[in-house]
Amino acid sequence: MPHLVIDRLSANYGTAPVLQDVSLSVERGEIVSIIGPSGSGKSTLLRVLTGLLKPHAGVVHVAGTQIDYGSAAALRKVRDRFAVVFQQYNLFQNMTALRNVTIAPTIVKKRDAGEVEREARALLEKVGLSHRIEAYPDELSGGQQQRVAIARALALKPEILLLDEVTSALDPELVAEVLDTIRVLAAEGMTMLIVSHEMGFVREISSKVVFMADGKVVEVGPPSQIFDAPQTERCADFVRRILRH
Amino acid sequence: MASLIEEAPRFFSYYNLIFLGQAFAFTALLSLVGCGLGFLIGFVLAVLRNDRIVGFAPLRWFATIYVEIFRRIPFLVKLMVVFFGFQLAGFDASMFAVAATTVALSASAFSAENIRAGLESVHKNQWDAAETMNMGGLTALRRVILPQSWAIIIPPSMTYSVGLVKSTSIASQIGVLELTYAAKILNQKGFSAAICFGTILILYFLLCYPMNLFASHLERRLAPSRHR
Repeated sequence: MPHLVIDRLSANYGTAPVLQDVSLSVERGEIVSIIGPSGSGKSTLLRVLTGLLKPHAGVVHVAGTQIDYGSAAALRKVRDRFAVVFQQYNLFQNMTALRNVTIAPTIVKKRDAGEVEREARALLEKVGLSHRIEAYPDELSGGQQQRVAIARALALKPEILLLDEVTSALDPELVAEVLDTIRVLAAEGMTMLIVSHEMGFVREISSKVVFMADGKVVEVGPPSQIFDAPQTERCADFVRRILRH
Repeated sequence: MASLIEEAPRFFSYYNLIFLGQAFAFTALLSLVGCGLGFLIGFVLAVLRNDRIVGFAPLRWFATIYVEIFRRIPFLVKLMVVFFGFQLAGFDASMFAVAATTVALSASAFSAENIRAGLESVHKNQWDAAETMNMGGLTALRRVILPQSWAIIIPPSMTYSVGLVKSTSIASQIGVLELTYAAKILNQKGFSAAICFGTILILYFLLCYPMNLFASHLERRLAPSRHR
């Protein structure tokens, strides 16, 4: 059974359709990347999955259970299974790196503070920031902030990690440190849905690539197909333009 | 100057001191009700208007209409409306109660806007992160949004509060014996305007200055520069 199944999902911003009949599935431990021009609905798909935007048609199954996005209780459950890392990191500006990581496990999940803190320190060490745990977000570089955000997401012990253009706001020399962190997670078998513009990284890490345009899934295939032998004109055109520079 | 010194012993008689003391207490109480109760109700209104916390739209509309109406009516008109409103409803309310209600109504509407501006100054991505982590609206408000909002909320609230202390003098229009009214009465009794209004000037200052100190204290405690 696939870990995540999205079946003909549609969503609107006001009256403008931003997702139309999007379908895709992610196996357990699989890494699926979504690429496409800006405005194609990639990030919106993640917003819908986490309930930040209500879908108006279609269904989502997580581990075989259909998610009812209209029910607050069901939404809370599904949010327990996903964790999101945002393009702009979205770290809580009023908290240290350590507190950013511990707040949800202690306040929302009501777990033991000592145990959570030990885990948080281990996670921050894993992302290479054990020396910066008392720093506030505005004292950290973009790459460091994004690594804190990844540690914060992992502290929630998600089944599926959603990464939304996590390197798009970073200076080029900081991209590598964040990608390295994600590679470690991939090696550990975390199920991930990644929206990214880092084509080299997508090609290397993904088992499946989804090309989206205008709110629709245009082509799905292994990286070798999408990047070397795209089957649709739209995808071929996009890949040609992206890989030219 | 000489006449002031000559006048002083008569002006600061035991009776007049009690009279001024009472007036000072009225002004202080009205200000306290306005700032305290007004801020509390204003806070609730600002929270009710926030669609990240309140999903039920009619509640948001109610808060919006309340705020928009009470910010637009002049204080004196509000005072009259409350005064006649109480009469119509058959409440035998004291003039002080009428003035206090008006001050609270007015201050809550203005405070609500100051607080709303503060809450909205925090980037919406903070709400997004909190929401995807399953924090409820009120938890996110308390742990994430408010600590980042105080720096924007406190300064205009303090400016407003000091202005409010001064506008409590309008309560004299319905006969509440607060500082300005007391000065007028003493002036009419024959004391010079200089000594009457000079005295309440000092008393107003004594009321407002601690408020400024309190505001600076709040700012240091709730909104250290590190959170900006």
